[in-house]
Amino acid sequence: MAKSLPSWSALDKHELFPQVKSDDVSRLNFLTHLNMHLSGNVLPGVKTAYETQVLPEFKQQHGREPQDRHEVREAMDDNSYLQMWSALRRNTMEMRHQLGRSIVLKDSDIVTTKVKNLLSAGDNIVLDDNCTLPYNVSAVDVHCQPGCYYTEYFEDDVTVANSYDIGIFVTTAGLLGGLSDGGGQGLGNWLAKQHPDFKPKRILDIGCTIGHNAVPLAQAFPDAEVIAIDVARPSLRYAAARAKALGVHNITFMQMDAEDMAEFADESFDLVTTAMFWHEACDRSMISILTGINRVLKTGGLTISLEQPQYTDKPVYEQFIRDWDTLNNNEPYWGRMHERDLAQWHSECGFDGSKLFETGVISKVDENIFGKADEGGEDFGRAPVWNAFGIWK
Amino acid sequence: MDFAEKLSLANTRAKGKRPQYLQDKQTEQVMAITMALAMELHSTKERLASLECLLADKGIISRDELDNFQPSATETAKRSLDTQEYLNRILLVLDQEKQAMTSNDKSVAEVLEELKD
Repeated sequence: MAKSLPSWSALDKHELFPQVKSDDVSRLNFLTHLNMHLSGNVLPGVKTAYETQVLPEFKQQHGREPQDRHEVREAMDDNSYLQMWSALRRNTMEMRHQLGRSIVLKDSDIVTTKVKNLLSAGDNIVLDDNCTLPYNVSAVDVHCQPGCYYTEYFEDDVTVANSYDIGIFVTTAGLLGGLSDGGGQGLGNWLAKQHPDFKPKRILDIGCTIGHNAVPLAQAFPDAEVIAIDVARPSLRYAAARAKALGVHNITFMQMDAEDMAEFADESFDLVTTAMFWHEACDRSMISILTGINRVLKTGGLTISLEQPQYTDKPVYEQFIRDWDTLNNNEPYWGRMHERDLAQWHSECGFDGSKLFETGVISKVDENIFGKADEGGEDFGRAPVWNAFGIWK
Repeated sequence: MDFAEKLSLANTRAKGKRPQYLQDKQTEQVMAITMALAMELHSTKERLASLECLLADKGIISRDELDNFQPSATETAKRSLDTQEYLNRILLVLDQEKQAMTSNDKSVAEVLEELKD
C-alpha cells in the first residue's frame, strides 16, 4: 500500500445509514486496510510458496505440472503459508460481518421505522408470502454473511441488508463508489458509450439484493420502468426504501424466485440484467432462469450480466486462487459457474450462443476520493473490474 | 430489543460449516482473537491521537491530568457497556464455535455435490 486508502467516511450516507461513530469508522478502516494488506502483501507470498515449494515437489512426484485447479488445490492444501493467508482472509470477512451487524443493530429501531415510513405508500414494492427460498440460496449463508440476504431476526428486520450496505466498502476498499453502485454505474456507462441509441423502456434486474445496481440503471434510463426481483424479503424492503431515500421512483421491487417468472409476459422486457448473481445459482437454476430470461426478453433486446472473469484460459494457479471463494467463502457454486462454457449455456437456454459477447466493465467512481479502479494488486474474486457477458436477442 | 440481544445478534455466525486452516483449532482461534485485538488497538490509537490533537489545539488539559483522570459514575457505567461490547467482539470466534456445536450445517463441498445435476 504505497498510498493512503479512502476512509469509509467518504461514502455517501443516505437516509438509511446508521449513525457510525468514530471508533467504528476506525474499525471499518482497519479491516479495509487489512484486506488490502492481505491481497497486496500476503497473497503474493502464496504464489511464491506455490512456485518455490509446492510446484517443484509436484513435478518431482508426477513428472509434469498440475493439469487443473483441483490438482493445484490438493497440492497446496497443507502449505503453511496458504493456510495462514486463508485463515486471515476468512477471519477478516467474519470480522467485517460482525462489525457491520454490531453497528446496524445499535440503530436498528430507528432504521426499521424509517424503512416502514418510506414504504408506507406501498407503491414501489410487491411482496409475496408464498415465495419460497431455493435450496441453492438457503443451503449456506453466501459470502459468510450471517443470515444471508433473507433472514429476519425480528419483526421487519432489515439488518442483513443494512449491514451489507455499510460493509461492502471494507471488501472493495471503496472502489464501488460512494453508493457502492459501481456495477450498475459501469453498465450504464458502457451502454451509453457503446450503444447510445439503445433506450430500453422496460428493464428487469434479477437478484437485486439491496438494489445498488438497479438504482443507477434506473437513473441512467429515467423514462424506463425498472423491475427488480429477489427472493429475500428484508433486502427487498430495504432496497425499496433505499431507492426512495435516493429519490429514485421508477423501480418496482418484487419478491419473486427468478426460476418462476410466469407473472411476466413473453417478450415484455427490453433489457434484463444481473450483477454478481449467477455464481449464487446452480446447474438447475442457471438453465431455468436463463430460459426464462429468453422468454421475457423482447426480440432485439439485450440481456447482460456482470461477474468476475471466467477461468477459461487462465493459468491453473490463477484459477485455483480465483476459486478460493468456492470452499472458503461459502460460495458453493462459484467455481462451477466460472468454469462454464457461456456460449453453450446460452444455446441450451434458447439463445443463439454464437452471438454471445464478453467485455470488461470497470466501476467508474469519484477518482478524487476513491482512486483508480485498476491500480494495485488484484484481490481475486473481489475486484471491481467485471467480466460482462451478454447477448442481443 | 435489549442490549444482550443486540450483542447476541451481532455475533450471528454464517450458516455453513467453517473450514479450518491452521494445524489445530486453538491456534486458529488465538489468531482470530489476536486480529480482533489488533483492530481494537488501531481504533484506540486513532482515538487517542484525536484526543491529543483536540487537547493540544484547545490548550485545555495537560498530560498529567489525563494520567490521573477519575471517571464519573455515569462514565463508569458507560465504560462497562463498552467493555462488554469489546469482549463480545474480540471473543467472537468462541461465541460462534459455541453456536456451531449445536448446528448440523453441511460443508460447502457437500452442498456443491448436492447441487450438481
